[in-house]
Amino acid sequence: MPKVTVDGVELDVPQGATVLQACELAGKEIPRFCYHERLSIAGNCRMCLVEVSPGPPKPQASCALPTAEGQVIKTDSPMVKKAREGVMEFLLINHPLDCPICDQGGECDLQDQSVAYGRGATRYDENKRAVTEKYMGPIVKTVMTRCIQCTRCVRFAEEVAGVEDIGAIYRGENMQITSYLERAVASELSGNVVDLCPVGALTSKPYAFEARPWELAKTLGIDMMDAVGTNVRIDARGRQVLRVLPRVNDDVNEEWASDKTRHHVDGLTRRRLDRPYVRKDGQLVEASWAEAFDAIKVAKAGKSVAAIAGDLVDCETMFAAKALVNALGSDLLEGRQTGLDYDVSSLSAVNFNTGIAAAENADVILLVGTNLRWEAPLINTRIRKAVWKKGAKVFAIGPEKDQTYKVSWLGDDASLVGKLPAAALDALKGAERPLIILGGGGLAVPGVHGAAIALAKSVNAVKDGWNGFSVVHMAASRMGGLMLGYAQPGGIKDVVAAKPKLAFFLGADEVDFTGFAKTLKVYVGHHGDKGAHAADVILPAAAWTEKDFTTVNTEGRVQRSEKAVFAPGDAREDWSIFRALADALGVNVGFDSFDQCRAAMIAAVPALGQEGLADYGWSAPKLPAKPEARAIPSPIKDFYLTNAICRASPTMQRCSEELVHGVDFAEAAE
Amino acid sequence: MLADKDRIFTNLYGFQPWNLKSAQMRGDWDKTKDLMKRGQDAIIEEIKASGLRGRGGAGFPTGLKWSFMPKEPRADRPSFLVINADESEPGSCKDREIIRHDPHKLIEGALIAGFAMRARAAYIYIRGEFIREAETLFAAVQEAYDAGLLGKNAAKSGYDFDVFVHRGAGAYICGEETAMIESLEGKKGQPRLKPPFPAGAGLYGCPTTVNNVESIAVVPTILRRGASWFSSFGRENNKGTKLFQISGHVNTPCVVEEEMGITFRELIDKHCGGIRGGWDNLLAVIPGGSSVPLVPAAEIMDCPMDFDGLKAVGSGLGTAAAIVMDKSTDVVQAISRISYFYKHESCGQCTPCREGTGWMWRVMERLRTGDADISEIDTLYDVTKQVEGHTICALGDAAAWPIQGLIKHFRPEIERRIRENGGALEAAE
Repeated sequence: MPKVTVDGVELDVPQGATVLQACELAGKEIPRFCYHERLSIAGNCRMCLVEVSPGPPKPQASCALPTAEGQVIKTDSPMVKKAREGVMEFLLINHPLDCPICDQGGECDLQDQSVAYGRGATRYDENKRAVTEKYMGPIVKTVMTRCIQCTRCVRFAEEVAGVEDIGAIYRGENMQITSYLERAVASELSGNVVDLCPVGALTSKPYAFEARPWELAKTLGIDMMDAVGTNVRIDARGRQVLRVLPRVNDDVNEEWASDKTRHHVDGLTRRRLDRPYVRKDGQLVEASWAEAFDAIKVAKAGKSVAAIAGDLVDCETMFAAKALVNALGSDLLEGRQTGLDYDVSSLSAVNFNTGIAAAENADVILLVGTNLRWEAPLINTRIRKAVWKKGAKVFAIGPEKDQTYKVSWLGDDASLVGKLPAAALDALKGAERPLIILGGGGLAVPGVHGAAIALAKSVNAVKDGWNGFSVVHMAASRMGGLMLGYAQPGGIKDVVAAKPKLAFFLGADEVDFTGFAKTLKVYVGHHGDKGAHAADVILPAAAWTEKDFTTVNTEGRVQRSEKAVFAPGDAREDWSIFRALADALGVNVGFDSFDQCRAAMIAAVPALGQEGLADYGWSAPKLPAKPEARAIPSPIKDFYLTNAICRASPTMQRCSEELVHGVDFAEAAE
Repeated sequence: MLADKDRIFTNLYGFQPWNLKSAQMRGDWDKTKDLMKRGQDAIIEEIKASGLRGRGGAGFPTGLKWSFMPKEPRADRPSFLVINADESEPGSCKDREIIRHDPHKLIEGALIAGFAMRARAAYIYIRGEFIREAETLFAAVQEAYDAGLLGKNAAKSGYDFDVFVHRGAGAYICGEETAMIESLEGKKGQPRLKPPFPAGAGLYGCPTTVNNVESIAVVPTILRRGASWFSSFGRENNKGTKLFQISGHVNTPCVVEEEMGITFRELIDKHCGGIRGGWDNLLAVIPGGSSVPLVPAAEIMDCPMDFDGLKAVGSGLGTAAAIVMDKSTDVVQAISRISYFYKHESCGQCTPCREGTGWMWRVMERLRTGDADISEIDTLYDVTKQVEGHTICALGDAAAWPIQGLIKHFRPEIERRIRENGGALEAAE
């Protein structure tokens, strides 16, 4: 631990810390543009200059300089002040004075730091440089004249996103950041460059000119677009959510968010169910809540009731529905709406046991039936980190898809899981921290789950301090649903076989409704999508930004999200719908408020009351381990259109057309 | 004056062919094996004792630089020698003469130097514009391979060594050692942050030494004739012989090998036929290539041309490329043109250089025509100070120094132009 002195204060800093980190430990703010904790060090903005002795008699870039024993660092000397003023002046000479029309205004590093560290006025009398706009796709809007060439976006694309679609061309003051061929950045993480950009060069295209940051009410939320549980901040103005930004959580999403997380929000105001509907003579017609409840009552279902949960629902909603179904005398609950029927006797066998953050420590990784890049982009960045930074080896069974890192594809035959080729098997056996990731495609083929567990045992993947057997889910509701008992041994087939007279579909849009032809289908959800089309009664509910809730991500992490805005029109929060229905159907669900509902849920499943990782223990059930010799399917056909909110979002539709289906918008825009 | 017998580059003017046969007649590749037999450490010690300082401009002791290389390179992390033939400094034209007329001196030097620093291979990075020179170099390297002087068991020494010639694409910045390494790796030529230094992590992350062509080409001769012979020339700390390149307003511009520390007057009178119009007509000299500050006539005339001598007059030896300017020169325009060069060649990576070089050039252009305010001279000086020492590589310094030299020595001339131009304007207002 080197001992250094920062502005007269002596302190010990960790081995290998940079001077900038030492200054931060000493509580000194060091201005910076190019430096970012999660990217490689570029050292090119020169804003973080400090005076260091011993060393050359000139200011040093603190971000790139390692600390050494006995260093004396000055961050407030005249030399440092002058250096910062100089760099700030240089950055501003070619930066346009268009803050009033710039979307970065109010959250701009350049603005803030020029106030804090700049000279009052410029001495630059010449013309400013202008740079032509670049096309970077449907998410990122460019105003390249504002660019200060910090190259954060270039480094992010190359290092984290794993696409070499952004780079710098030309030299000197003509240097430009560009996507080279005027094509969209082909990454599901491209929106992060907007956050990284310290100026207004890269801003959010869908959010352009929508609002100023100080107008927005900020609410802490948990994203429901995938099962990663990205920590987000929901920015809303009035009744509308305008944007979603990632929050820092090193255990989950670091500080990234996928494009779907960020930009599905314009779907929240479109195709909304804002009043109840009842099907009359084959047509869905608008109805009052009372009429809708009556329509359910007249079915006289008795005990013949079921509830099917969709991908976007939270634990409280599922608990409230469960309470009602139980009160009616049934226990027909299922959350795996697409028909999966894997064994859930031990939740540890269907959990991402390794932990999202720890996954980057794996040294040999086997992907079984998962297109991780689409199923959980932010787990994929961890695997990429393991490969890129620590040299991990990755093997994969399943349909071949570019994962942004080197993968040895073994084939898409499910039976390979039981008889792994020697190279992969030896690598896993020889690994210190082997990791087997089983995805949705793998879970869909009978026998793969058991074979993967058997494989984990045979390569000693589960040992003291390391659990290398992980399942990655795609639905945010999955782990919570399983904890609440939303699983039948035979999956949704069991529900169909029970021929319920009444079934509640909680935002369930991916169900094959043909099996429910004789059932009164009540859709409780927020978007007029496939589920609503098939429904007999529609009860409008709240989307994830419109309610407080608890959710559990794929690694069993219990997280809570807060309500940012109110649901539109006559829509109600889900728990209150089931509470009211209980009255209408003459039963008691045991709660009268949201707090009571949550308390009852925690009483039933105590783990849901504790934020953080739920402890499932580790017990691997003995399962059939002879996978059929057939191709593993890919569960996601289109990353951008996986749920009802996305499908309603113009931004996601545009992303899908351009990035999945290859429609060329760059030329059309001209 | 250096005697002909003491010249290292005996075919500098191309009076004889460059090929291997002629080179061998001039003494190159003579018992190279025996030179290498002395052992790696002995070679490095000999070079250290000779006092050879890097000939690329910075003047770092060559032997010392080699000694930073690992003594026992790992098999998965070989060491490399990179030879900087990206000679792009305005005024410099020595490496070009070596390559086109005496390439085997360089190639033999590459083998010996590479052997001494335990390198697996040498990469010669040659400037993109040197087309004929590159052709010669490619051919010379092929000759050496064909004669068994390179490759497996190079020159029958038992040491395996390869030499690769890599052509640049015409960027000045690729002459900076770490930018050259980036360029060799196929990336955009931008200097790297130091530390780590190339000797620790250079080409492909392996230990690397980057040397100038001249530094490498003189090595075999130093070893043959001994360190004491080489160090008998020049002054303390500035030993040896050096290729001087004199351009501009002299009667016979030339490249000539001379003793370090020769005075400017002697250099010009002996080899360049004197200043055009006589010594009284001399205005100023840029003594070491465009990046060093100019020195006015009175100070340069009897100044010894070596590292310390030129440092004493506020300039530097650089590559020893003297640009001589007589009194017909528009010195402000000359420096403005140099500013334009640095603006054009800045890589754009770090802020002060990217933004500062353009700013400095634009102000210089206005100073040239007098379309400025007198206070802008100080502003410009301040801007050069804001660039100097604040950048990743030395290009920022190189862009700042010529302007600082101009303001230091020719401020009255700049003010005169502003007054003549602006005085009239002010009167009209």
